[in-house]
Amino acid sequence: MRTLDAFAMAFSALATQTRRTLLSLLGVSVGVAAVVLLTALGQGARTFVEAQFQGIGTSVLAIAPGKVETFGGLPGIGNSTSDLTLDDALALQRQLPGVRATAPLVVGVDEVQYGSLSRSAMVLGASHDMAEVRGLEMAYGSFLPTGDWERGENVVVLGARTARELFGAENALGRQIRIGDWRLRVLGVLESRGVHMGADLDESAFVPVALAMRMFDRRSLFRILLMLNSAEGLERAREVARSVLIERHGREDFTLITPDAVLGSLTRILTVLTLALSSIAAISLGVAGLGIMNVMLVSVSERRSEIGLLRALGAARAQIVALFLLEAALLSVAGGALGVALGWALSRAARELYPEFESSPPPWAIAAALGVALLVGLVFGVLPARNAARLDPALALSRR
Amino acid sequence: MIRLTDIWRTYQLGDTALHALAGVDETIERGEHVAIMGPSGSGKSTLLNVIGLLDRPTKGRYELEGREVSSLSDAQLSRVRRERIGYVFQAYHLVARLDALANVELPLVFAGVPHKERRERAQQALANVGLHKRSRHRPDQLSGGERQRVAIARATVMRPGVLLADEPTGNLDRASGAVVLELLSQLNASGVTLIVVTHDIEVARRAGRALILDDGRVVRRMPSSELTDLAAALAGRGSGA
Ligand SMILES: Nc1ncnc2c1ncn2[C@@H]1O[C@H](COP(=O)(O)OP(=O)(O)O)[C@@H](O)[C@H]1O
Ligand SMILES: [Mg+2]
Repeated sequence: MRTLDAFAMAFSALATQTRRTLLSLLGVSVGVAAVVLLTALGQGARTFVEAQFQGIGTSVLAIAPGKVETFGGLPGIGNSTSDLTLDDALALQRQLPGVRATAPLVVGVDEVQYGSLSRSAMVLGASHDMAEVRGLEMAYGSFLPTGDWERGENVVVLGARTARELFGAENALGRQIRIGDWRLRVLGVLESRGVHMGADLDESAFVPVALAMRMFDRRSLFRILLMLNSAEGLERAREVARSVLIERHGREDFTLITPDAVLGSLTRILTVLTLALSSIAAISLGVAGLGIMNVMLVSVSERRSEIGLLRALGAARAQIVALFLLEAALLSVAGGALGVALGWALSRAARELYPEFESSPPPWAIAAALGVALLVGLVFGVLPARNAARLDPALALSRR
Repeated sequence: MIRLTDIWRTYQLGDTALHALAGVDETIERGEHVAIMGPSGSGKSTLLNVIGLLDRPTKGRYELEGREVSSLSDAQLSRVRRERIGYVFQAYHLVARLDALANVELPLVFAGVPHKERRERAQQALANVGLHKRSRHRPDQLSGGERQRVAIARATVMRPGVLLADEPTGNLDRASGAVVLELLSQLNASGVTLIVVTHDIEVARRAGRALILDDGRVVRRMPSSELTDLAAALAGRGSGA
């Protein structure tokens, strides 16, 4: 028997039992549509999260002094063997491709005082670019000045809570405050931001980096943050940064940190979530498979005499099996195609409703849904096909 | 040639064994025209199914065209059915969704004959039964006699050596029955072995000889010309034919 003829026969059998065919098509297509839609939503959630990260630094390369040989210890704490200087930061800014913003960082904790009020705050020595690197917004006033990092004027930008606790509702702009022994003029106050990357920026005070190094008597920076034009450039920038610093230091006594790790684990969680949801949807495909099986079983018992006839005309058991499996496969694949179309339409609708979620079904999910549908059809088609092939031709042809 | 040796076909119905065929010994020569008669339930259809490889005997030897068939695999049996045996049934057994031509093409489809050749051979077979103008009609658009002629075209399209007909005129009026019988006789005249199961003495009288079955046994063999006397005898016994 030729393949094309087998297809034609299976197709004509399905075309004759319109209602039954449509019902099983519907079952499969709903299952497949569910898989496609859910993976699309999962994908949308992932792109959304990635986009959020983009805003706050997927494209930021961080450099810490000291080399961490194994995982565990935080670089820059305890095992700083060699200094990371402002000159290093400057050199990196000049030599790295696609650098958008450079922020050297020094961290310390000290008393912040205004009049009789005082509180302890995290003092961050940084540069003007820090606002962009960390996505900081001003409540009022301005952020640290541009220009030479080495100058280190006596100015400060306060975190939202620090400002509130020292000044209450009063405007802090232009006021003199003290941090330790240093007198500083308030340049501005940050918008409340909450905990970000492990630090509560609301309880901070930003001062020029050179000033912070003097305040805390530091010779090394805590970090150099380099924001690139795009996350794609990260890998390359990382390599250039390594060679630039090795050139300057004579050895690799620093650690390069990319945000991939954090983002990676978040995307992994979302992937698992998407897979779990789609697996649940795939169960509905199994139910659709039972539907196919049911329809095919009825069809076999109704077409007993036809099957007997085909056997009399010379169809071998294997050919009967093939014909019925083909019917099941056609049903499930057609249902699958319908389901993909439906799922696609639904995810488009979801995109219209929530444009910030770019929900589009990933190609692998479409392929997988179709594949699973086909598999379901074949698996659940086996029993009816075997029943058909096992029919006793003499009995099937008699109307007993 | 068909050679049956001590053929039994037993159905197990609960505790009791029903012998649809109980030791049939028969040899049918190539090109013969044989009628099988007997009361209903005597095993006529069962015998025809065994000869046509649609049913396997419970016991006994069956040699078809020199081959012992009990040892053949399903694929081999299917091939013999397809190539050497044609069937005509009382109920026609046409596939309702296919037109006459497609029905006649079916055996060629399973034989893997390419499309174009298939078309030509099926058209020719339909022409041979006088239905070349009906090739695009579906079974429900044909009369009973026409349907049976389509079935004959289908049974002969592979040029089988044996043609088996189980009550081929059972559902037909006299006139269309006569056309069908004439076609079958012509095929037999062209050398095909023809075995016809029938209740109808007139149908059986066309055959060369007749087998009378009762309770799964061949109880009489006779030239068809003697059938009229038998009918009278059976009528006297009151069992009907
Ligand atoms: N599949 C079957 N199961 C049980 N008994 C059967 C089956 N097929 C036929 N028989 C029995 O075998 C006997 C012969 O049947 P059959 O060959 O159809 O008779 P005929 O064609 O002469 O009327 C009958 O008694 C019938 O009831
Ligand atoms: Mg019968």
